[in-house]
Amino acid sequence: MQSKAEQVNDGQATRPIEAASFDVERIRKDFPILSRTVNGKPLVYLDNAATTQKPSVVTASICHLHESTNANIHRGVHRLSIETTQAYEKARLRVARFIGAASETEIIFVRGATEAINLVAQSFGRPNLIEGDEIIVSNLEHHANIVPWQILCEQTGARLRVVPVDDDGNFLLDEYQHLLTQKTKIVAILQGSNALGTVVPVHAVTRMAHEYGAKVLIDGAQAVQHHEVDVRSIDCDFYVFSGHKMYAPSGIGILYAKEELLDAMPPYQGGGEMIKSVTFEQTIYNDLPHKFEAGTPNIEGAIGLGAAIEYLENVGLSNIAAYEDKLLDYATTRLAEIPEVRLIGTAKEKVSVVSFVVEGIHPHDIGTVLDQEGVAIRTGHHCAQPIMQRFGVPATARASMSFYNTHDEIDRLIDAIHTAIGVFA
Amino acid sequence: MSELTDLYQELILDHNRSPRNRGRLENPDGLAQGYNPLCGDQISVSVKLDGDRIESIKFEGSGCAISTASASLMTQSLKGKTLEEAGELFNRFHKLLTEEGNAEELGQGMGKLKVFSGVCQYPARVKCATLAWHTVKAALNNKEGNITTE
Repeated sequence: MQSKAEQVNDGQATRPIEAASFDVERIRKDFPILSRTVNGKPLVYLDNAATTQKPSVVTASICHLHESTNANIHRGVHRLSIETTQAYEKARLRVARFIGAASETEIIFVRGATEAINLVAQSFGRPNLIEGDEIIVSNLEHHANIVPWQILCEQTGARLRVVPVDDDGNFLLDEYQHLLTQKTKIVAILQGSNALGTVVPVHAVTRMAHEYGAKVLIDGAQAVQHHEVDVRSIDCDFYVFSGHKMYAPSGIGILYAKEELLDAMPPYQGGGEMIKSVTFEQTIYNDLPHKFEAGTPNIEGAIGLGAAIEYLENVGLSNIAAYEDKLLDYATTRLAEIPEVRLIGTAKEKVSVVSFVVEGIHPHDIGTVLDQEGVAIRTGHHCAQPIMQRFGVPATARASMSFYNTHDEIDRLIDAIHTAIGVFA
Repeated sequence: MSELTDLYQELILDHNRSPRNRGRLENPDGLAQGYNPLCGDQISVSVKLDGDRIESIKFEGSGCAISTASASLMTQSLKGKTLEEAGELFNRFHKLLTEEGNAEELGQGMGKLKVFSGVCQYPARVKCATLAWHTVKAALNNKEGNITTE
């Protein structure tokens, strides 16, 4: 996993490590934080759906920027500005290739998936929706893919419709079909559920919406780090994700949108960088993608995201998917062996997230006991209260796994749950 | 490194398993709902006054061991106290949870409430322990209201 930021080889196909040689111990050396201890015990980090740890190459790419090329972008004629602009735009190109976009002009750097969804709601939704139109989301959505649409509904008089899930947390495609009508203008659905792990069949979701002329936004915040994503194969109109959940820094994220949509959309924010010329009489907006990037952007975030993508491509998304599947199977099996544990979310297809409750113990208490054992998990409603309500629980404990986790760490999780049961028995 | 048993003392586990004064008073003089959005804990506290003295107090809701035990022990310690004494106890309880220092000293005269001194080692859990107290404060101040820890 070598390679410094300045050696980014401009999207040449990188050779993935063979699945047979997937060496988790070698991978772990790329993440210095994994060798720290918590409460005197080796850290077991299983809160990857909240945020992932950062490999050294990402840190190095940001250090390199700060110590060797730092300048503002798209402005100066001096050498530093040229070099930093090139690194920033190289990161954009890398993102475009990573998700299969037709062009890097379709890649907008934003703060995160949340900002990307708000941008689409306000710049696409607000001018295009009228009273009586409908927006479809699912019961699985993160608050970030609910609240911006509720705001849009208040502004336009549009109505929010919700696709239900079954008792295993599967997205119900038939129910979705029933909700689609000529009134449907936007379908906003996640690809992977942060709360339950459910994977939604986004190809079918998109195809079905397009039959009714609706535009489709896919929230990929819990997908891009787990398996290959190709936005042109999905054919979605918008695709959003956050950097910090895919081994990049926080404060950087991506909005992908089809070029003709971005062309027609008004800017989200005004300021520097997003203009060609300004007079008090008239302002001419900049070309894509800059039209949507007002102000000095998160330069180090974008460069760090580029480095993270290069790292993921070197490890190989197919290797990651195969390994994380094994971890998920193992964690699911081991948790199911504990009589007091009830799994929440047992969909047919899942990313490596296991949500559960333990009889007689509040998730918060589980989280504290596990922390004492050095095991970091998330407890709470995971910013997805509607799906908690669907399963009749105020909160769950959630272990979310990355390809740097090991089977031994799952054993540590299981042991710690037994400790918690011992405390509260 | 603090031990789990510093936080989950036997008295806390006992009040979590069998909370005291659980339920809702008929025709209360004060009633409030408390909510901790972080963990989904919900509590409702109802109070009956005799003059400025708390005659009876009950709570209901769902929460973690710390918030349940805290609510349960709170109802025991507030029963019979004047409003002023209750306010004073709340301030001292808050200090016990949030201030580094000698737990023995801070907990002096607080009776069973001392068992929560371990919570200050777990900043993420302070809100669990204070939820019931914030709620009773709202119940006494507004007579009716909703509060949240955020």
